Amino acid sequence: MFKKFSPSSDVSGQTSLKSSVQRSIRSGILSHWKIDLETFEHIWPKKEPLTLVKCRDHISIYTLHGEPLFFQHFDGPFFPTLRLLHKYPFVLPMVRIDRGAIRFLLAGAHMMCPGMTSKGGYLPPAEAALPAGTPVAIHAEGKEHAVGIGITKLGTEEMKNVNKGVGVETVTYIGDDFWALQTL
Amino acid sequence: MAETQESASAGQPVQPIQVLYCGVCTFPVEYCEFGSHLTRCKEWLHETHPDLFDKYYSEEALQAKLGTLSLEAQEKLEKDTAKKEAKAEAKAEAAQKKKMASQITIKRIERNKRKFVTSVHGLEAFDVDLKKAAKFFAQKFATGASVTKNPLGNDEIVVQGDVSGDIVEMIEQGVGLLKGVPSDNVVEVEEKKKKGGGD
Repeated sequence: MFKKFSPSSDVSGQTSLKSSVQRSIRSGILSHWKIDLETFEHIWPKKEPLTLVKCRDHISIYTLHGEPLFFQHFDGPFFPTLRLLHKYPFVLPMVRIDRGAIRFLLAGAHMMCPGMTSKGGYLPPAEAALPAGTPVAIHAEGKEHAVGIGITKLGTEEMKNVNKGVGVETVTYIGDDFWALQTL
Repeated sequence: MAETQESASAGQPVQPIQVLYCGVCTFPVEYCEFGSHLTRCKEWLHETHPDLFDKYYSEEALQAKLGTLSLEAQEKLEKDTAKKEAKAEAKAEAAQKKKMASQITIKRIERNKRKFVTSVHGLEAFDVDLKKAAKFFAQKFATGASVTKNPLGNDEIVVQGDVSGDIVEMIEQGVGLLKGVPSDNVVEVEEKKKKGGGD
């Protein structure tokens, strides 16, 4: 999604948000992310106004004092930015890819099932299976921090059974143009 | 990760984890090896955080990494990294060369016999924020200055009044925003309104 992104041509406008919209965003995030109120208060204090940055292809980025906090595609789920995810790694469920897949991910490829079902990979166990369309943090074998953020294309159980094709679609990863963008 | 989750449910705000980002490639340091300037990243880490350098690039760490990959794959990876690095270096060098070769044109344009505007073109190649620079000129010369697109579609600063000499001087001295702009690349041109015989 963010492999190519340049603020000068892809951003179409910035507006500050109505407080009612902010409220719905806040409650939406609190219900979807694994995060409690106090911690979230730390990330986005209640009094601070959020800015909506509209970009091409229905991407909305929400910034606080110019620093991107989370983004959304159309009216899909909210994703934290990677830097935010690094600070609070527990907000999204995680999948892990094996070492061989890292360099493909860093080139912007989507994550194929075998990379996650192999020895170095990790998918949530059957009792915590994720349905398709869930935002996930993509971790890498032998690494401490997340390497990217993706959205599941198949349910995690399905990935284990099919073991072929795209399992997680990459949304953003370290080193893409969105990563390079520290302030908007 | 289990720990962080437990403390999150205790009602206390969880402290953010501070991740060390590489000063060269901006990746978290553990991902430097996948970046395009590993050698420089290594040097940077060695200088600033020697303890972490040992953690990521010591013999044992390298051995542990090898264990999970077949030898062939590892070899290929190393080759790729080296190639990528060389490529990135060449690219950076070319960009630097281009930058040094690019010119700043200061043009004095005649408006109305005795009235002139000065247009400054090419400052953006030297990491000068055009908008700020325009403001700076406006303040300095107490005239209007703006960033406009010229017919070729490039951004340039247009300052009202004939200030070409002053701007050249300012660039030479490297005042404020104009620091780091090499004065050798400055060209002064004059443009008359009437385009007659040999202009």
